[in-house]
Amino acid sequence: MSTLGFREAFEALVPDAAAPAWLGDLRREAFQHFEAAGFPTRRQEAWRYTNVSAIAETTFELGSDAGEDASVTRAVNGAAFGETAATLVFVDGRFAPDLSRTLPEVATSLSVSWAGGSTGRPGPLGELVDPKLHPFAALNTAFLCDAARIEVPQNVTLEKPIHLIFVATPGARRVHHPRILVGARASSRATVVADFVSASPEVSFCNAVTEIEVGPGANLDFVLCQRETSPTFHVSNLAARVDRDARLATHTLCLGGNLVRNDLQVRLVAEGAECRMNGLYLGTDRERIDNYTEVCHEAPHGTSAELYKGILAGSSHGVFRGRVIVAPDAQKTDARQQNPNLLLGAGAEVNSRPQLEIRADDVKCSHGSTVGRLDEEAIFYLRSRGVGTEHARTMLGQAFAAEIVDAVPDQGLRDALLALITARLWTTGEAS
Amino acid sequence: MTTPLLELRDVHANAGETPILKGVNLTLHAGEVHALMGPNGSGKSTLASVLCGRPSFSVTSGEILFEGKDLLALQPEIRAREGIFMAFQYPVEIPGVPNNHFLRTALNAIRRHQGQPEVDAFDFLALCREKMAQVEMPEDLMKRSINEGFSGGEKKRNEVLQMLLLEPKLAVLDETDSGLDIDALRCVAEGVNSLRSPERGMLVITHYQRLLDSIIPDVVHVLSDGRIVRSGDRSLALELEEKGYGWLEEAAGAAPA
Repeated sequence: MSTLGFREAFEALVPDAAAPAWLGDLRREAFQHFEAAGFPTRRQEAWRYTNVSAIAETTFELGSDAGEDASVTRAVNGAAFGETAATLVFVDGRFAPDLSRTLPEVATSLSVSWAGGSTGRPGPLGELVDPKLHPFAALNTAFLCDAARIEVPQNVTLEKPIHLIFVATPGARRVHHPRILVGARASSRATVVADFVSASPEVSFCNAVTEIEVGPGANLDFVLCQRETSPTFHVSNLAARVDRDARLATHTLCLGGNLVRNDLQVRLVAEGAECRMNGLYLGTDRERIDNYTEVCHEAPHGTSAELYKGILAGSSHGVFRGRVIVAPDAQKTDARQQNPNLLLGAGAEVNSRPQLEIRADDVKCSHGSTVGRLDEEAIFYLRSRGVGTEHARTMLGQAFAAEIVDAVPDQGLRDALLALITARLWTTGEAS
Repeated sequence: MTTPLLELRDVHANAGETPILKGVNLTLHAGEVHALMGPNGSGKSTLASVLCGRPSFSVTSGEILFEGKDLLALQPEIRAREGIFMAFQYPVEIPGVPNNHFLRTALNAIRRHQGQPEVDAFDFLALCREKMAQVEMPEDLMKRSINEGFSGGEKKRNEVLQMLLLEPKLAVLDETDSGLDIDALRCVAEGVNSLRSPERGMLVITHYQRLLDSIIPDVVHVLSDGRIVRSGDRSLALELEEKGYGWLEEAAGAAPA
C-alpha cells in the first residue's frame, strides 16, 4: 500500500500566508510519522475487522474551495437544525467565512486567529492524539491548514449548541482533513455538534481529528454526526481529557458512509471525572461501520457509561470494540458498557468485543452485548391496526434508536436526527 | 338479501401444521353481535387469528368474505384499513413506540384508505381524551410506550380504546374478558356497547357467559373441535353456563386435544 499519492499533495499544499512557523514543523513531523507507519492493515489488531486498502489504493485530491459552490451551500443549509450559538462551516478543511457565523473568542477558526495576529499554538492541538499510534491522525496533521477552535471560558454556559459543518467541494475523489479543537474551561457548559455532510454523489474521503479538553467541573456534550450521503470513506479520531468532577458526553451518530471507522479515546485524569459515550450506527447495503472506543480511568471515583446501539440492514457490517482500562489507583471506578444490536438484513453482520483491563481491586465494571432481530409479534400487532409493514419496521427501528437520540441535548437536532434515521430505515426496509 | 358483513364458508385452518378448524360456517350481518363460545382448544383463537391474518395460521380450504370481498387475499394491514378490528387476548408490549404516535398513525392509515381526511395532532388529542374518559384510562398512558408496564386490565382497556378510536365495521374481541376484574369488565362492555350500531358488526369470543350479561348477543355459536356445533339465541349461552361444556364433547364423541 502506497503513501506516495499523499506525498505529492503534501508537497504541493500551500499554507495560509498568515500561518505561523510552528505549523510547518508540526506538519512535516506528522507526515514523517504517516510515511513511516503507512496505512494500517488487517494484520494489526486494531484494524482486524476493517480493510482500508480501498482508501490506500485511491489517489485522492484536495479540493481548493474555489469560491462559492451551489451544492456546497445547499448541503450546508440542509444541515441546519435551529438556533445555534455559532455555525462554523469548513469546506475542504478550510474555514468558509461567508457561510459561517462565529462567536468571537469562543467559536472561531485557526485561520481567523492567525489573521488577527494570534499565532501561538492553541491548547490541545497535537497533544491528545498520538500521531505515532494513529497514522490517519498523522495524515490529518500533515495536511493541517485550518481548524475549528472552540474555547468556552470559565463559568460560561452556552444555552445553544455550536454547530460545525464539514463538507468537501464536489469533484472526483475528494479528500478533506477536518480538525476540531475544543477547550471547555473550568465550570463551563456547552454543546458542540460536528456535522459531516456531502455536497456531491462522488467518492470522497473524510479524515477527521478532534481533540477535547474538559476542565474541572465543566460539562460538555459533543455530537459527532456522520451523515454523508455519497460513497464516503470516513475515518475519525477523537481524543479527550476529562479533569476533576467534569463531565463529557459524546454522541456518535453514524448515519451514512461506505466505510466508517471511529476511534474514540477518553482519559479520565482526575477524581470524580465522568464520561458518557453514546453511539448509534445504522448501516445499509454493504456499508461497514467500525467503532472503537477506549476509556482510561486514571484516577479514583471515575464513572464511565457507554451505550452503543447498532441497526444493520442489507449486507452491512458493524463492529464495536470497547476497551476499558482501570489504572491501579483508580479505585471506586464505575464503568458500564452496553452494545445492543438489531439485525434487519439477512446478510447483515456484527462483531462486538468488550475488552476490560482492570488493575484496581475496588471497582464496578460491567459489559454486555446482544444481537437480535425485530419482534415479529410487535410488527404483526402494528399491522393489525392498519400500519403498513415498512412503516411498522421503521417505527420499531426508531424505537430502538430512541434512547440514543433522546440523549442528544438539542430538540432541533433531535428532530433532524429522527428524520434522518426514519428516512434511512424506510430505504433499508425496502432493500431487505 | 343484503351482503353479509362477514361470511365464513366451510373454513378449514391450521395453526402451524396442526389442523384446528374443520369446516366452520358463519354468517354475520351488519348490526348484529355474535358470541362465539367453546371449550379450550375448540379453535376460538385460531378463528380470531385467521380473521386478522396472523402469520403461522393458514386457511387450507373454504373461504372468508368481508362485505362480499375475499378477505384471505388481503394483508393484515389492509384488513384493518377495510374496517376489521381485533381486540387481542394478549396485547404485546412495544417498548419505545409511544401509544399516541402509534394510534394516530393507525387512524390516519385507515382514514387515507377510506378516502377520509387525516386527523392532525391537535384534533387527535381531543378525540383521544374523549375516548379515554369513556374507558376510564389515565391520560398519561397515551404518552407511554404501547402496553409497556400496563397491567392486564390496562392492556384490555387500551384495546377497547383503540377500537373506539378506529371505529371498525367489524370488531372481533378475542377473550377480552379473560382475567379482568369487575370494573375493567364493565368498562370493556360499555365500550363495546357504545359502538353497537346498525352498520357495525361484532364477534365476541369468550369462554364465559359473564361478559354476555352486559354485551347482549343476537346470536350465540358454540365451537367444538373446530366446528360450530350449535347456534342459537342468548339462552344458549345461559344453558352453557349452567351445564358447562362437558355435554358438548360427549355429544361430539371426541375428546378435546
